[in-house]
Amino acid sequence: MITTQFESCIKCTACTTVCPVSAVNPHYPGPKQSGPDGERLRLKDPALFDEALKYCTNCKRCETACPSGVKIGDLIQHARAQHPPQSRSLRNAILSHTDFMGSISTPFAPLINAATGLKPVRQLLDAALKIDHRRTLPKYSSGTFRRWYRSVAEQQKNFTQQVAFFHGCYVNYNNPQLGKDMLKVLNAMGIGVQLLHQEKCCGVPLIANGYIEKAKKQANVNLRAIEQKVNEDGLQVIATSTTCTFTLRDEYPHVLDVDNQHLRAHIDLATRWVWRKLAEGAALPLRELPLKVVYHTPCHMEKMGWTHYTLDLLRRIPGLELTVLDSRCCGIAGTYGFKSENYPTSQAIGEPLFRQIEESDADLVISDCETCKWQIEMSTSKRCEHPFTLLAQALR
Amino acid sequence: MNFDTVIIGGGLAGLLCGIRLQEQGQRCAIVSRGQSALSFSSGSLDLLSHLPNGEPVNSLDTGIAALQAMQSPHPYALLGAERVRHYALLAQNLLAECGFATQGHVDTPHQRVTPLGTFRQAWLSPTEVPHKPDASKTIGIVGISGFLDFQPALAAASLRKRGVNVSAEEIELPVLDALRDNPSEFRAVNIARVLDKPENFSAPYRALLPLSRRYDILYFPACFGLVNSDVFAQLNQQLSCPLFLLPTLPPSVPGTRMQTLLQQRFVRLGGTWMPGDEVVNADIAGGRVTHVWTRKHEDIPLTPKHVVLASGSFFSNGLIAERTGVREAVFGLDVLQSEGREHWYRDDVFAAQPWQQFGVITDRQFRAQRGGVPIENLYVIGSVLGGFDAVAQGCGGGVCATTALFAADRIGASGESK
Repeated sequence: MITTQFESCIKCTACTTVCPVSAVNPHYPGPKQSGPDGERLRLKDPALFDEALKYCTNCKRCETACPSGVKIGDLIQHARAQHPPQSRSLRNAILSHTDFMGSISTPFAPLINAATGLKPVRQLLDAALKIDHRRTLPKYSSGTFRRWYRSVAEQQKNFTQQVAFFHGCYVNYNNPQLGKDMLKVLNAMGIGVQLLHQEKCCGVPLIANGYIEKAKKQANVNLRAIEQKVNEDGLQVIATSTTCTFTLRDEYPHVLDVDNQHLRAHIDLATRWVWRKLAEGAALPLRELPLKVVYHTPCHMEKMGWTHYTLDLLRRIPGLELTVLDSRCCGIAGTYGFKSENYPTSQAIGEPLFRQIEESDADLVISDCETCKWQIEMSTSKRCEHPFTLLAQALR
Repeated sequence: MNFDTVIIGGGLAGLLCGIRLQEQGQRCAIVSRGQSALSFSSGSLDLLSHLPNGEPVNSLDTGIAALQAMQSPHPYALLGAERVRHYALLAQNLLAECGFATQGHVDTPHQRVTPLGTFRQAWLSPTEVPHKPDASKTIGIVGISGFLDFQPALAAASLRKRGVNVSAEEIELPVLDALRDNPSEFRAVNIARVLDKPENFSAPYRALLPLSRRYDILYFPACFGLVNSDVFAQLNQQLSCPLFLLPTLPPSVPGTRMQTLLQQRFVRLGGTWMPGDEVVNADIAGGRVTHVWTRKHEDIPLTPKHVVLASGSFFSNGLIAERTGVREAVFGLDVLQSEGREHWYRDDVFAAQPWQQFGVITDRQFRAQRGGVPIENLYVIGSVLGGFDAVAQGCGGGVCATTALFAADRIGASGESK
């Protein structure tokens, strides 16, 4: 992907003023220098690639802020993809291969969860792998979502309307309940849910850790599976995770150079797709839920520009008091915040958000992103749930 | 997506209009292409300093009466003095409610000191901004070593020519050294992120203290105060003389603060903020905008009762200059412009430039027209409007604020909200 689109940069530095990393880590050169300015140097001589680009969290807030339409975040990701780290660390391999780790961990979930909850184990992980000991590690579920789904697959076929679900690693290995909640909500609307015949991790942690070829392979597997649902069954494919959705739609062509043009319009964020159905006249019977909730906008939601759909769904719940938090990065950025060297940056980025959440007096935080949930639950006293979890609770 | 009003453009005009409408109980969305010109601005707003013929304006009433008498297409001539004053006062209140503290008043313009050491008439300025100083005072203009976006020697030389007793000074701030690793990012906003931290207060304080004993007044670049004026207030409490701040080259700290506070207010009032998106198309039927289509919302249109165009001027791409003419970017509205490219410019780059007055033509209610046909529910506000020269006439901020609030009232009065 050689492009001169970076020439549109007028050097206004608006991107740097919104960059969450620049705000707290002076070793990061900032999006203008790392993106359009650095690209000019890299085109001249690839040796001018700056290792400090690893500090970018790929939040894409620079792109949202850019008044000149420069794809700053894509430039940085693309440069990183072309200059993968020389030495592969075991830590990055473990963090980035989420579906491999999930599939070997879920059978032993109680054991692994107990172990990763122990301080000495976390100290060991930090010493041996540089996975920060202060970080609460995600819990694995006993049994995967796909396995549970088999028990309801037949029943799902009974609904006249159907949709395909890209569950992602998080629903499959960490939180199958979220997938079940989404099914409950869609079923209540008279819609049955199917899974893709095969699904790989969307690839975002692989991209972030430099496993580009592997990510491309997985992208092709996913696109083939999506293509089958779209072309043969005429279904739309939805995902509950903002980052999975964003990756399937935009990072595949922009960062991995994998063409998805024929499928992009058929991949949707689950809350947006439900919003469409309701706009078309579908009914969603909800009971009163007198809770005070605050909504946190994940970075990739901000980038896609679809916050409104989720908020509109939440506002349908009678009695719910909803406040929108200032849109800012929570700091975890997928695997980024798990790394010892990034932990202080990660927590410093999120600090203003944590403060706003603590001061909010809310019963619950709502967000469409799983890693934001981990970060918020670890760093504040509040629980954080996906909109579908709340909608499922509010079903009549 | 149903909204009472969709506002295209999230700068000063769009945000003030959105805040006013949300306060009136409307459901609004603002579509913003990226950071607006506000983050480049000084944070000071002007109301009207000169007439098109170059005469200075001493009172708002006589100034606007003169515009009307010369049948100027100026937005103020459409509004009239009474409304301009009314909406300007309202804007002052709205800014205060957002937490943006200003000095100044509609009827008593002040001469603010600019970073180039000149004086410029302003209506409102952030409280940190200095007025034209008394000749008896000694002033130290203090730069930060290595910071290129503010040049104290340049400002001092220019102020001396204007009879001010002034010297340029420079301080070292080692607390900023980590930022110097990336010299191209040694900018006001990045510096503010360091100096705004309470634990770093002693750094500027210690460096400025000796200077504050030698001068009557200190000027310093606006390199703190991204979120609030705490550091400014604390320094003024503890230094031996008053300290004022001058805006820097962009990105501007006071401008960014104004943008952030207005945006927060809009969202907290329940407004829908659509950042980094742009309107790609709009359907017009029966003389009304029926649907607005954006890049990110793809096949889902925004369906508003009213639309406000606040897309800015050439800099913000609200107006596009092509070889043969200037067009309005979103709807292709009728644009006031001089025939023939040779009449766009004057050779003297400092003279009032005709192209500055190019912009959208409206009726007296600030509604747009296309091919001479009015569009009933499309209001046009702010810098995309034609008929005024924000630079030469010193009225850019005032035009944005007053047209924005006037349009909000027209929309509110039309009774078509939920």
